Amino acid sequence: MTAAADLAPSYELVVIGGGPAGLAAAALAARAGVSTVLFDENPGVGGQIYRAITSTPVRSRAILGEDYWDGAALADEAKASGALIVNGATVWSLDRQRLVGVSLGGKARLIEAGRVIIATGSQERPFPIPGWTLPGVMTAGAAQTALKAQGLVVGGRTVLAGSGPLLWLLAAQTLRAGGRIDAILDTTPRRNWLQAMLHLPDFALSPYFAKGLALLREVRAKVPVHRAATIEAVGTDRVREVVFSGAGGTRRLPVDLLLLHQGVVPNVNLANAAGVAHVWNDRQLCFVPVLDAEFGSSVPGIAVAGDGAGIAGGTAAAERGRIAAIAAVRALKPQAAVPDTQAIRQRLQREEMGRAFLDCLNRPADSFRLPEGDTIACRCEEVTAKQVRETAQMGCEGPNQMKAFLRCGMGPCQGRLCGLTVTELIAAERKTTPDEVGYYRLRPPVKPITLAELASLPISEAERKAVER
Amino acid sequence: MFKRLADSSPAIAISVDGKTVTARAGDTVAAALLAAGIDHCRTTPVTGAPRAPYCLMGVCFDCLVTVDGVGSRQGCLIPVREGMKVETQLGRREAGR
Repeated sequence: MTAAADLAPSYELVVIGGGPAGLAAAALAARAGVSTVLFDENPGVGGQIYRAITSTPVRSRAILGEDYWDGAALADEAKASGALIVNGATVWSLDRQRLVGVSLGGKARLIEAGRVIIATGSQERPFPIPGWTLPGVMTAGAAQTALKAQGLVVGGRTVLAGSGPLLWLLAAQTLRAGGRIDAILDTTPRRNWLQAMLHLPDFALSPYFAKGLALLREVRAKVPVHRAATIEAVGTDRVREVVFSGAGGTRRLPVDLLLLHQGVVPNVNLANAAGVAHVWNDRQLCFVPVLDAEFGSSVPGIAVAGDGAGIAGGTAAAERGRIAAIAAVRALKPQAAVPDTQAIRQRLQREEMGRAFLDCLNRPADSFRLPEGDTIACRCEEVTAKQVRETAQMGCEGPNQMKAFLRCGMGPCQGRLCGLTVTELIAAERKTTPDEVGYYRLRPPVKPITLAELASLPISEAERKAVER
Repeated sequence: MFKRLADSSPAIAISVDGKTVTARAGDTVAAALLAAGIDHCRTTPVTGAPRAPYCLMGVCFDCLVTVDGVGSRQGCLIPVREGMKVETQLGRREAGR
């Protein structure tokens, strides 16, 4: 295993994140002769979609499905490429000069990078409903992670709630693994179909069409599906029941586990802290980095590939990683041979074809993004929707000012699970757009590190003698 | 809440608040706690409410625990090791005041 002391002080290319985008980018660049390091904070490569691809205890390939096992080729490709792949490495800082702060095994290093590809992917969109902080309420992605990485399958009374492809995929994988699902609460607003239908022709041509239909059929044959307009997790020490309302009135289901999911959004923290400009994407209801055709950001030498560049899925992420890597190779080693970009772009285009349909269909209802009353918006600081709304009404114009009033976004998750909610709540109260309101201004360290780790940074004689200013 | 598909991975003994818990190779601390049926791993600093792992991918920080004496570690990112000492955390620094 690589230790901090084994790292060189600089690399031509630093790739951050070991999912499909990061693996494909690192493999391509290293093969072209670029000195490449890939940092990933998880115990193994694969990111979330190919989580634990090299170590999963799930032996039956049918359980996770062939799309999952496609990740093995990417992992092999990266391993064979000559790129240095470092797991258990947390990147906590990146600046405009492309100095990368990374910590592994309790030791920190500052690494100079000729180019940086941020491939930190996506996270699940916040799902702020009453009771969503109770033990026993988790994300669908969490249950999928436990299945992939540890072979843990849900066993007690389980309800899935929300919308989006991952919800149905998890349901199918869980059922195949012998897990229990008592019900699915489908929160997709019916009127979403109107918008989505406009994009059906493209979606029908995309690889997701047939897969999606098959998944829906597989799950619906085994699990009751209820439409839900409101959902509440009820309990004191842990979730005991889920209360939902739909066409048939209000119903209560006893549960041991409630799994929430309403799509994924780019994980913007590192790019935001590096000063990369972001813009609101109204179709995907999230902030996305402003990027050129080669995924270069507003900060020279820093690209954002994969779902971090806007949600497009795992296969598209790998192609985006390759395009970003080709741009890096061309900048660093103009003479090096690189694959044909046009073929990659064609594959990417095919992967992205169905996205508009999926985005429109799975656009979460306002009521699941814009909470009210005592529903918690910021989980870390336990700030309620009502507090955020009232503070916006008082005149607070943006999330950064909101921190001073309420501390929302200032807890350990650094806004990851409240940022979008707070921005949208302020925009709603002040009758403006999320783009006008903006997002939290994030600063390093974007992941917590100890003073001991910071103190372990090597220091040169010149630095030691320099007067601090 | 969770059951194991197979117990084929080697057993690893860790201690959680002084009690021995059998985890499996490949478990993260958070996964081991879930598999052992432990109901929460910390309380919150504001209201003292119990929290358990929520996202399992390093985003939510609800799975913060003390690992081998170092507090506020993300349990979902740390693989278990034989003899590892895990402690659940109290959110309030001034508990009982």
